[in-house]
Amino acid sequence: MPIPTRNGYVPALPMTDTELDHLVQMANDIARNLDVYPDAAARTADHLRRFWAPALRERIVEHRRTGGAGLSDTALAAVASLDA
Amino acid sequence: MATPIELKPYAPQPDLGTPAAGGEPVSLTVDGTAVTVPGGTSVLRAAALAGVDIPKLCASDRLEAFGSCRVCLVEIEGRKGTPASCTTQVEEGMAVRTQSDKLGRLRRNVIELYLSDHAPSGEGRNALAELAAAEGVTESRYALGGRTHAGLPVDETNPYFRFDPGACIVCYRCVRACEEVQGTFALTAAGRGFDTLIAASQLDTFMESECVSCGACVDACPTPALEDKSVLERGAPEQVQLTTCAYCGVGCGFRAELKGGEVVRMTPWKDGKANEGHACVKGRFAWGYATHPDRITSPMIREAIDQPWREVGWEEAIAFAAGRLKAIQAQYGPDSIGGITSSRCSNEETYLVQKLVRAGFGNNNVDTCARVCHSPTGYGLKTTLGESAGTQAFASVAQADVVMVIGANPTDAHPVFASRLKRRLRQGAGLIVVDPREIDLVSAPHVRADHHLQLRPGSNVAFVNAMAHAIVEAGLADGDFIRERCEWPAYEQWREFILRPENSPEATAEATGIAPDTLRAAARLYAGADNGAIYYGLGVSEHTQGSTMVMGIANLAMLTGNLGREGVGVNPLRGQNNVQGSCDMGSFPHELPGYRHVSDPAVRGAFEDAWGVALQPEPGLRIPNMFDAAVAGRFKALYCQGEDVAQSDPNTQHVDAALRALDCLIVQDIFLNETARYAHVFLPGSSFLEKNGTFTNAERRISPVRKVIEPLAGHEDWEVTQLLSNALGYPMNYRHPSEIMDEIARLTPTFTGVSYDRLDRLGSIQWPCNADAPEGTPTMHSTAMVRGKGYFAVTGYVPTEERTTRRYPLLLTTGRILSQYNVGAQTRRTENSRWHGEDVLELHPSDAEFRGIRDGDWVGVESRAGETVLHAVVTGRVPPGVVYTTFHFPLTGANVVTTDNSDWATNCPEYKVTAVQVTRVTQPSDWQAGYRAFTERQEALLDAARSEAKA
Ligand code: SF4
Ligand code: SF4
Ligand code: FES
Repeated sequence: MPIPTRNGYVPALPMTDTELDHLVQMANDIARNLDVYPDAAARTADHLRRFWAPALRERIVEHRRTGGAGLSDTALAAVASLDA
Repeated sequence: MATPIELKPYAPQPDLGTPAAGGEPVSLTVDGTAVTVPGGTSVLRAAALAGVDIPKLCASDRLEAFGSCRVCLVEIEGRKGTPASCTTQVEEGMAVRTQSDKLGRLRRNVIELYLSDHAPSGEGRNALAELAAAEGVTESRYALGGRTHAGLPVDETNPYFRFDPGACIVCYRCVRACEEVQGTFALTAAGRGFDTLIAASQLDTFMESECVSCGACVDACPTPALEDKSVLERGAPEQVQLTTCAYCGVGCGFRAELKGGEVVRMTPWKDGKANEGHACVKGRFAWGYATHPDRITSPMIREAIDQPWREVGWEEAIAFAAGRLKAIQAQYGPDSIGGITSSRCSNEETYLVQKLVRAGFGNNNVDTCARVCHSPTGYGLKTTLGESAGTQAFASVAQADVVMVIGANPTDAHPVFASRLKRRLRQGAGLIVVDPREIDLVSAPHVRADHHLQLRPGSNVAFVNAMAHAIVEAGLADGDFIRERCEWPAYEQWREFILRPENSPEATAEATGIAPDTLRAAARLYAGADNGAIYYGLGVSEHTQGSTMVMGIANLAMLTGNLGREGVGVNPLRGQNNVQGSCDMGSFPHELPGYRHVSDPAVRGAFEDAWGVALQPEPGLRIPNMFDAAVAGRFKALYCQGEDVAQSDPNTQHVDAALRALDCLIVQDIFLNETARYAHVFLPGSSFLEKNGTFTNAERRISPVRKVIEPLAGHEDWEVTQLLSNALGYPMNYRHPSEIMDEIARLTPTFTGVSYDRLDRLGSIQWPCNADAPEGTPTMHSTAMVRGKGYFAVTGYVPTEERTTRRYPLLLTTGRILSQYNVGAQTRRTENSRWHGEDVLELHPSDAEFRGIRDGDWVGVESRAGETVLHAVVTGRVPPGVVYTTFHFPLTGANVVTTDNSDWATNCPEYKVTAVQVTRVTQPSDWQAGYRAFTERQEALLDAARSEAKA
């Protein structure tokens, strides 16, 4: 569904969920960069807590609950620990 | 409410004749007055320090003594003859006489000779005329058989200054300034004897020569031969005030010089510690934008972005904006709005915007344009060293033995620092340039890089790991430093990692394209130096591994013990004037001023007490998060001060969708910028000449910005934020920005000692400034790291997903050039566009030939994000496979092609790597056509508002 705006403009982008796509990519990027550490999942979770707004954490948590498509193993583990 | 303007009567800057010396004290007398000066001082300077003014023409304290004009002659007791005081050094017990009949006769003789061939056209300061008057010389007895330089054509080609050979006395001050101060070597003296003429390059005009229009020669010239056109047109300055350049992160100190309420010249301030009297073409000359007719001076509002603007009074505009923000928050919740602070605005303004967001909006949705440039610097340096800032003062480079410049182009982007650096390089310091492109430093006049590591875009971390690997392997690690100053267990973990074969120069060579031997030689050069210093720029931060690379750089410095003293360090070169300051002031959504996390109850409590409201303990949205949330329909309003996200942020089409989705966009700027085309409220901003405040440069130096003309629209920017806050029901009652700084100082441990009084007294202050360092801190981490012990972060190389493919076989990287600044809003509205009127695409001859592209052709640049069209420049400066452009002009649409890849830790966009295809085309891209149409429509809407207001 295109989002109606006050000025009646309908965004021209294809109506994929850009935000979720970005969040998945961002979580994976964080996880990939921390994967060199043995405690990568914990570090990733900590990063998400320190830098992501609660609304974004809620979205990614919700995404994992519904299958977590696209999230890497480390990212999945990190997001799971946010959901604990 | 506006604060008053305070100007001082004009006086030229003092000139002591020769540079300061640093030897053991020497005592002497000058005309009977005793004076003690450092050994190595000239007699001319000693006399000036004793209060005795010896006439001089060819000498200046910014240049090495030259001894050519012979008007500074003195007599020294017990010595024969009349030596030139500028080239004679003081000696213990010396008795100097500056006045005698003989000296007077000799001096008048010389002056007459000069006068015989001196025919300045036009007015201007004229040391020769003043000297002649002072010595009572009214006419010259020397007629050179009618031969004179008068009537030679005046070179008017430079838009900002002229050269009149008729007024030139061939004192070589300009030639020496260009060499010694600027380091460009554009001027020579052509011919011999009487026929000697100063010339730009090979008798070119100034515009055709290598001259970069820094103005150093103009400032050095003692006659009107080299003179500012603005002074010739408007007359000599009558008043002066000290202020700070509003362009780049060097933060040069300036004297704004005025006549009749109008700026006639900006002269670099000799006591400015960032620049010591030097400047570049932007700060020195490109200030005309401040009074450009495009300035918008009336607030404007409109219901929707396809409607014409309506000019209204401040009260109506503020009420409209506040009403919308409140209604949106009531409907969509407190988190549905946010603000963006600007690195172009002052510390006080930035602090106020984040305060408005946190305390007035009641959320942490505040971010700043540093998100798109140096946010990785903040993250990386905080993690490793404990403070989100560079470690040195600029002057420190004069002590460096080897300098490594990574992903920075100082001669274009930080020119005044580049001049310091080049001076050190000419003295023999080693240079390693790490950049895909052959930047000017690689081979400049009398400067040649020992190594140019031409790495492939996107392989920074592989490179930095290989450097560290090579250093450890060669046994060049500074074990004592690491043991004493760093966390040992973290170092051991890191060492195990870095010595893995995958980090060897051989293993990384495929990714970086750097030959292992060359890399090892560079590693030995840096690690073997007594003082090794690293300077870096956006070529480090604007990558998917920007933060990792910053940490890798900090690791190198710790590994080699290159921290905590002069001549070493880790030095981010900041793009905009106040990037450092805007970050310091709590512009990031997760940090309160002073880089303290919002979740820290003690810190938050202090702000809650001071501000009288509860603050959210969780981070807010970053700029890209805001855009996504806007497209998703959760984020509805944005207050954007002095920042042009529509042009500067990546993936223009996504930004376009986000901005169009907002119900209320409030833009505060001096021009109707690209972002303002999407705005519902436009609040006219004030230029740096119109307000008081402070900027903090790349060396953490807080420098005052002082108001010299009234704000064109009636308010300084901080006042506008205050009006908006009050209208929203969160009271702010500052009467002067100094009160805002006092609040910052009360709440921020690194700023405790900062006040406008102290800034007035000291000129500028490098933070931390507090009880431990009441006059500031030039060198950080001098006894211990700010975080206690340095932390070696493990920096695994994760290649970017942005890779070349058959469809997009080239890598596009972006950068800047000297004459234009950032998105160009200011410089495009000055004569600087004469040097750079459009952005072009540089590509290697082999890539060009393969595609049938010739120099000057239109080429389409296409990535998976979009397509734009530019003129091609075929050049060997870029390696095969890499293309390069700048983003100073909106129509270029460089960010139409950049993608939304970003740094893993901070979301700083990956501007430096985009896979593209380049093809020859005959017409602008669809995006450009659409952009033109949208622009024309918005301009029509603005014209409608203006003509309605006039009617
Ligand atoms: S303006 Fe600067 S670069 Fe140009 S000739 Fe003068 S000193 Fe040299
Ligand atoms: S733009 Fe930078 S280098 Fe140039 S004068 Fe301004 S602060 Fe100095
Ligand atoms: S000032 Fe000393 S010789 Fe010119």
